[in-house]
Amino acid sequence: MNWKHAFTSSIGKKLVMGITGISLIAFLCVHVYVNALIFVPDGYHKYEVAAHFLGSNPLTRIAEIGLLLGIILHIVQGLMLWSQNRSKRPVKYAVYDGKANSTWYSRSMGLLGTLILIFLVLHLAHFWAPNRWQQLTTGHERNLYAEMEAIFQNGIVVIVYILGCISLAWHLMHGFWSAFQTLGLSTAKYRPIINGIGIAFSILVPLLFIAMPVAFYFGWLPPAASFTEVAH
Amino acid sequence: MEHYNMNLTLKVWRQKNAQDKGGFETYQVKDISSEMSFLEMFDVLNEQLINEGKEPITFDHDCREGICGACSMHINGRPHGPWGQTTTCQLHMREYKNGDTIVVEPWRAKAFPVIKDLMVDRTAFDRIIQSGGYISVDTGNAQDANNLPINKDKADESFAAAACIGCGACVAACKNASAMLFLSAKVSHLALLPQGEVERKTRVVNMVDQMDKEGFGSCTNTEACEAECPKGISVLNIRRLNAEYIGAIMSGDDK
Ligand code: SF4
Ligand code: FES
Repeated sequence: MNWKHAFTSSIGKKLVMGITGISLIAFLCVHVYVNALIFVPDGYHKYEVAAHFLGSNPLTRIAEIGLLLGIILHIVQGLMLWSQNRSKRPVKYAVYDGKANSTWYSRSMGLLGTLILIFLVLHLAHFWAPNRWQQLTTGHERNLYAEMEAIFQNGIVVIVYILGCISLAWHLMHGFWSAFQTLGLSTAKYRPIINGIGIAFSILVPLLFIAMPVAFYFGWLPPAASFTEVAH
Repeated sequence: MEHYNMNLTLKVWRQKNAQDKGGFETYQVKDISSEMSFLEMFDVLNEQLINEGKEPITFDHDCREGICGACSMHINGRPHGPWGQTTTCQLHMREYKNGDTIVVEPWRAKAFPVIKDLMVDRTAFDRIIQSGGYISVDTGNAQDANNLPINKDKADESFAAAACIGCGACVAACKNASAMLFLSAKVSHLALLPQGEVERKTRVVNMVDQMDKEGFGSCTNTEACEAECPKGISVLNIRRLNAEYIGAIMSGDDK
C-alpha cells in the first residue's frame, strides 16, 4: 500500500490527527514553560532570555515552520473528518442519548477545536504576528512582557483568553488519550498512566496559561517599566 | 420481583421500503406484562395491528436469547435500550412503568440502509468479514491437539474478541457511525492466535479498506461503542487494530 493511501484511509486520517496532536502537546509544554517564567521574581530576566533564545535561534525558527504546518494540518484534517463523519449518518436519530454512553467533550472535539481556532487567530494577531513582522523589518523583537501587560489591561480580552484556555482544557481532556489510542499505544498496561498524565496536563497547562492574563489584569506582576532593558 | 401490567405509548419508525421517506407512527399497547421481553411486547403490538387489518411492523430477530445479534432497535436514544450488555430480545418490560412513552427507531447509518420499518441491511459487515476474516489451513489429516501452543492470556483475549455477534450496536451508537469496534474484534481474534499469522498484515489492511468502502465513519474514540456493546467488546481491541494497521503499512508486507 502506498503512503498516500495509508494516510487517507479512515485510520490514516486519525493517524494524522494523533501525530499532529501529540506534536502540538509537545509545543504546549515549551510554550507554557517559557511563559510561566514571567512568574519568576527575577526582574523578568529568565523569561526574557528564554523568549529571546526561542525567537532568534535558527533551529527553533525552523521548528516554528513545522509547528505552523502541524497546526494547519490538524485544523484542516480535523474539519474534514468532522464533516465526513457527519455524512455517515444522513438520517439523524429523533432521540439520541449521547450522555448515556460517552462524555460530552469526546463528542464535541470539532466544536472545541473551532473555539480554540478562533482564540488562536486572536492570540497570534496579538503577539506572534506583530513580533515577527517587527523582527523582519527592523531586526529587533518586541518586548513581549510589556505587550502582555498592555494587551491584558482589557477585561474582554482577558475573558476571551480564559474561554480559549477552557476550550483547550476540554479538547485536551479527550485528545490527549485519544491520540495515544489512535497510535496504538494505549494498551491495558499503559492506559491508566496515559489517562493520569492526560488529565493532569489538561488541567495544569490551561490553568497556568489562564494565570498569565489574569495576573497582568489584576496587576499582580511588576510593571514592565520597572525593569531595566536587558541587552541583546 | 413483583409482576405488574402496564399501558404504553410507542412511537415507532415506519418506512415502506428503502426509497420511502418514512416517519413515526404512534401506537397504544395495553396490559403489557412486566415479565415480557421487549420483542414480545412488539409481538403483542403486531397482533393488534394485524387484527386491525394494518401492516405489522417489520423488525429483525432470530435467536431471542442474546446470541445472534439480529434484534437491532434504537430505543429511547440508545441501541438495544437502556440496559448494559443486553440485546433488545433480552431487554425486559420490567424496565418500564405504566404510562411510559418509548421511541423506537432503526439503526441510523449510511452503511446500514433501512430495508423496511426497523429492519436495516447489515450485509456491509458480511462483506468486511469476507475481505479478510479468514485463515489459511493445511488440508489433510487433522493435527494432534495442542500441536500449536497458545498462551492462555492470548487465547482468552482472542475468545473475548470473538464474542462479537455482529449486531451493529457499536455503529448505531457511534456519532460517526464508525464500525471500528466491530472490525477491531474481528481483526483481534485472529491476530492474537498463531492460526491468524499468515494473513495478519493483509487482513487488517483489506478489512479497513472494505470498511471505508462501505461508508462507515472514522473512529474519534468516544467509546460509546464499548458502552453499548451487548458483548462487552473492549476498545482495547481498537488500540490493537490501530497498532496492527500501523505495523502492516510500515512493514510494507501488506500486499
Ligand atoms: S462489537 Fe459489540 S456492538 Fe459491535 S457488532 Fe460486535 S457485538 Fe455488536
Ligand atoms: S434476537 Fe438474537 S440477539 Fe436478539
